[in-house]
Amino acid sequence: MAERVTIVLHSGDMDKVYSALIIGSGALAMGMEASIYFTFWGLQRLKKSGLEKGPLSKMHFLGLGKWMVRQRMKKANVVTLERLMRDFKELGGKIIACEMTMEIMGIRREDLREDWIDAYGAVGTYIQEARGSQITLFI
Amino acid sequence: MAEILVDCRGETCPVPLVETRKAIRQAHPGDIIVIIGTHPASREEIPMAVRALGLELLGVEGTETDWTIRIRR
Repeated sequence: MAERVTIVLHSGDMDKVYSALIIGSGALAMGMEASIYFTFWGLQRLKKSGLEKGPLSKMHFLGLGKWMVRQRMKKANVVTLERLMRDFKELGGKIIACEMTMEIMGIRREDLREDWIDAYGAVGTYIQEARGSQITLFI
Repeated sequence: MAEILVDCRGETCPVPLVETRKAIRQAHPGDIIVIIGTHPASREEIPMAVRALGLELLGVEGTETDWTIRIRR
């Protein structure tokens, strides 16, 4: 069986969503399988047009910090989260949405980017996958 | 045998690695993939990926910020 990376994305902060998608894509590029579990604040990013909406985890400054970091990222030619997600999916990455979060926050499937989501799962799905993973991260 | 060119000059992490992987997936066994880029870390990391995928690294040429990597699928 192929080696695997399993990531829990609990945060909805823009910079942390970048970390999750970059690590996931890197793993796929290097021949591993990869899954990202979007839970809690992370799940908000799977809402329709929600992917790029997260605040910065530090120095957000009511959006000014995020705007500044975005300018720097553009200058450094960093791709958008939208593009990273597309690449992640194209290389076979799996996206799992946390069902309990959906229930708590009143999010319905039709509120989410269902075209990205491979499965709706709970903790058992994560554990079952993580126990066979070489790398597992909580972001 | 086809030769596939991946031009990722000006691109940064993780694009060179990801684009290389996409090209490898599209290539047929025996095809040559030529990647040109300017991102320093990718010059080291693409060969790591090639070894991890069990493919043949034909060569790494150029400087840290202007390089060419050749792979055989």
